[in-house]
Amino acid sequence: MSLEFIEGNEAIARGALKAGCRFFAGYPITPASTILQYMLELLPPEGGVAVQAEDEIAAIGFCIGASMAGQKALTATSGPGISLYSENIGLAIMGETPLVIVDVQRQGPATGSATKGADGDIQFVRWVTSGGLPIIALCPATVAEAYELTVRAFNLSERYRVPVFLLSNKEISLTRESVDLDAIALLPPVARTPPTCDKDYRPHGFARPEEVPALANFGDALVTRYTTSTHDQAGYLTANPAVIQEMIDHYVAKIEAAADEIALVKHDRQDGAETLVVSYGITARAAGLAARAARANGRKVSSLTLQTLYPVPEKAIAAAMTGVKRVVVPEMNMGQYIREIERLAPPGAAVVGVNKMNTTLLSPDEIARQGGLL
Amino acid sequence: MSGTALRTYMTDQVGPLPFCPGCGHDRLLKDLDKALVALQIAPKNLVIVTDIGCIGLADRYFVANAFHGLHGRSLTYATGLKLARPDLTVIVLIGDGGCGIGGTHLLNAARRNVDITAIVANNFNYGMTGGQHSVTTPSGGRTATTPSGNIEAAMDLCATVIGAGASWVYRGLGYEQGLANRIVEGIRHPGFALLDVCELCTAYYGPRNELNKKKLYELVAASGMGLGLLADKARPEFGAAYREAARRAPKRQRVTVIEAAFTHSVAKQTGLVVAGSAGQKIRSTATLFARAGMLAGLQATQKDDYPITVMTGPSVSELNLAPDWIAYTAIDKPDYVLLLSADGLNKIRASLGRLPPSCLVLADEGLDLPETDARLMTLPLTRAAKEVGRLSIGTIALAALLESEKLFPMAAFEAAITRYQSKDIAEVNIKAMNAGIALVANTA
Ligand SMILES: Cc1ncc(C[n+]2csc(CCOP(=O)(O)OP(=O)(O)O)c2C)c(N)n1
Ligand code: SF4
Ligand SMILES: [Mg+2]
Repeated sequence: MSLEFIEGNEAIARGALKAGCRFFAGYPITPASTILQYMLELLPPEGGVAVQAEDEIAAIGFCIGASMAGQKALTATSGPGISLYSENIGLAIMGETPLVIVDVQRQGPATGSATKGADGDIQFVRWVTSGGLPIIALCPATVAEAYELTVRAFNLSERYRVPVFLLSNKEISLTRESVDLDAIALLPPVARTPPTCDKDYRPHGFARPEEVPALANFGDALVTRYTTSTHDQAGYLTANPAVIQEMIDHYVAKIEAAADEIALVKHDRQDGAETLVVSYGITARAAGLAARAARANGRKVSSLTLQTLYPVPEKAIAAAMTGVKRVVVPEMNMGQYIREIERLAPPGAAVVGVNKMNTTLLSPDEIARQGGLL
Repeated sequence: MSGTALRTYMTDQVGPLPFCPGCGHDRLLKDLDKALVALQIAPKNLVIVTDIGCIGLADRYFVANAFHGLHGRSLTYATGLKLARPDLTVIVLIGDGGCGIGGTHLLNAARRNVDITAIVANNFNYGMTGGQHSVTTPSGGRTATTPSGNIEAAMDLCATVIGAGASWVYRGLGYEQGLANRIVEGIRHPGFALLDVCELCTAYYGPRNELNKKKLYELVAASGMGLGLLADKARPEFGAAYREAARRAPKRQRVTVIEAAFTHSVAKQTGLVVAGSAGQKIRSTATLFARAGMLAGLQATQKDDYPITVMTGPSVSELNLAPDWIAYTAIDKPDYVLLLSADGLNKIRASLGRLPPSCLVLADEGLDLPETDARLMTLPLTRAAKEVGRLSIGTIALAALLESEKLFPMAAFEAAITRYQSKDIAEVNIKAMNAGIALVANTA
């Protein structure tokens, strides 16, 4: 085995490169800054561009421009920067722009604790912009997954023309781990397929609402349009309610129809388990240990780890909860994803949160005790 | 371009221009069209980026790529487009309102000197939202939000971008003859070009302030901000400079692959806390030790804790070493604690009281240690480091730990030092390693 000893942010940067990312713009913020640093090092020799922007609004603006001009683009920040990205995330949804956004979560709110971890942005990234339309969010638990899921995030953003979040945490991004990146089978990068028409290109054209329109890059053969305003399939402003609803249905349908395809979970199932632990991110690792300890104690406990947070992998979650009396949801926040679990839980099942937001990791012991696993 | 020349870049397919009768934007777009006809840029290579406001309605009327983004952010999309596709001609149409809310982008686009042409449709107010005041509203100007006349001072957009380094800047009037030629010059300028075009909003600012063409000229002339070409200088264009710098940048080899070459005697996940001060190379030495463990076939994790002001105060690294994958990376009950300075001790002092008897605390002599159940080993670490080299205290301490606890062979540590450090640093650290071994031998 040949190992490296790298932090999650390096894995993200190198994953981005493998995915074909050739444009990065960011604004320094702990614990995301080292992604900017790695990209400044990795991209120029590949003919790519990595720049430090004047603020987060400019950073994501550069990325949206570059993406629409044909480059796979990445930006990375933490909670305060996501706040500043908000309006442009709406633009990227509206314009169906492929874009990967890394949120290296840190303790908030506001400036919070710059160098400490939390998972405080779990619902924030889902409802990050006005309109409430869907995005995709993936959540790694390890440095290796950060690498793997970055590639997947790029593929999904190209495939569905939507911003994709990679929800990291200081605890993954700035923790070094021994890891064999070369042993990880990455997905082959998804390339943009140019439209087949030679004129009358419709930037948002679809026959069925769930269809993802072909994307013509600015500067390629076809003249194209992009707009923040409510528009029709051709990208022209419209006030026609029927057309507007059709477009909104499309933004929703293209993600929801693909939910099963996007869903990525790990189910460590125990026959006859009455308790299920549902977790994601760094906490999934302690949750796994807590489940193991419970089993060693003679308890029957299954564990479900979510790598896809949005669209909510409803089928997988519901299936894992079948027959279960108690669902434990440990989170490094005051109870965010538990809302999704509660609405999917079978009648009569108790859904219990284990919550902490004091900058320290939830320990296996805390999860086991407070979750009633022992 | 090949084939017949385009006689206009405007299309009548989407209806007439949407502006109020007499609106300055109407005339400005027609001048832009004339400029484009003169330049004959292939529509597929041309992008018109529009900001928000009435001027932001312009994009659909051109036969060109159109990019209509958020209020004030047009220059950011333009920058991204231009950096990604240097062959594009990128023109930004922005209002005075957009220049206000996007002020930082205006300054920075000018400062970077990206090859973008920004045309400001400056009608001294927010037309679209009902004629509120903007950053360019003249003092005394009447707007919806300055009922007794504007008490704020007007911003000189040209002077502002010139101050930020803009390489080509022109101020003109919307109805002046030859504006199209000026737009041509701006587009041809290889860098950031800005045209501040003062014009009339016939719905709001004009009537409220009894402006007409003649009075508009008088207003601008009286402001003393200057008319005509205000800057024209050669400066390296950002994209070109970026690509040139990238060509010269060394391709760094950062990947360090570690193949296990030694054995270890670590049976379970083992947590090691190294607490010292900034300037003691705590973090890099901890990384080195982890790599040594990996050479011995161990898995490792490392977390660092240090103040944002990196050159002062404590520096703490937490290392886990284990025969298998490490799931839980925090160290609630350390197996080893290395105390290298008073800063480090104070940072983790609260946790020392909770240490189990199985834990070994290896501390520099002379530290004011609290009561603890842990085993204690004090060594003259600072004194030893004075002889070998100030930065080597971490290596001395870790070598002493290794010599005492035999987690893995010293040869693995030595191999890590020689393989993963530059020659001169490795030389010092080998001495430090031997000093650490000697300290333990002396206590035995
Ligand atoms: C973030 C944001 N804030 C406010 C608005 C509302 N808004 C629309 S147009 C406009 C002012 C535009 O003025 P200007 O740029 O001068 O263009 P004009 O209408 O005068 O051509 C404002 C404030 C918006 N669209 N976005
Ligand atoms: S409101 Fe003013 S800026 Fe807008 S179209 Fe009318 S005259 Fe022009
Ligand atoms: Mg205006």
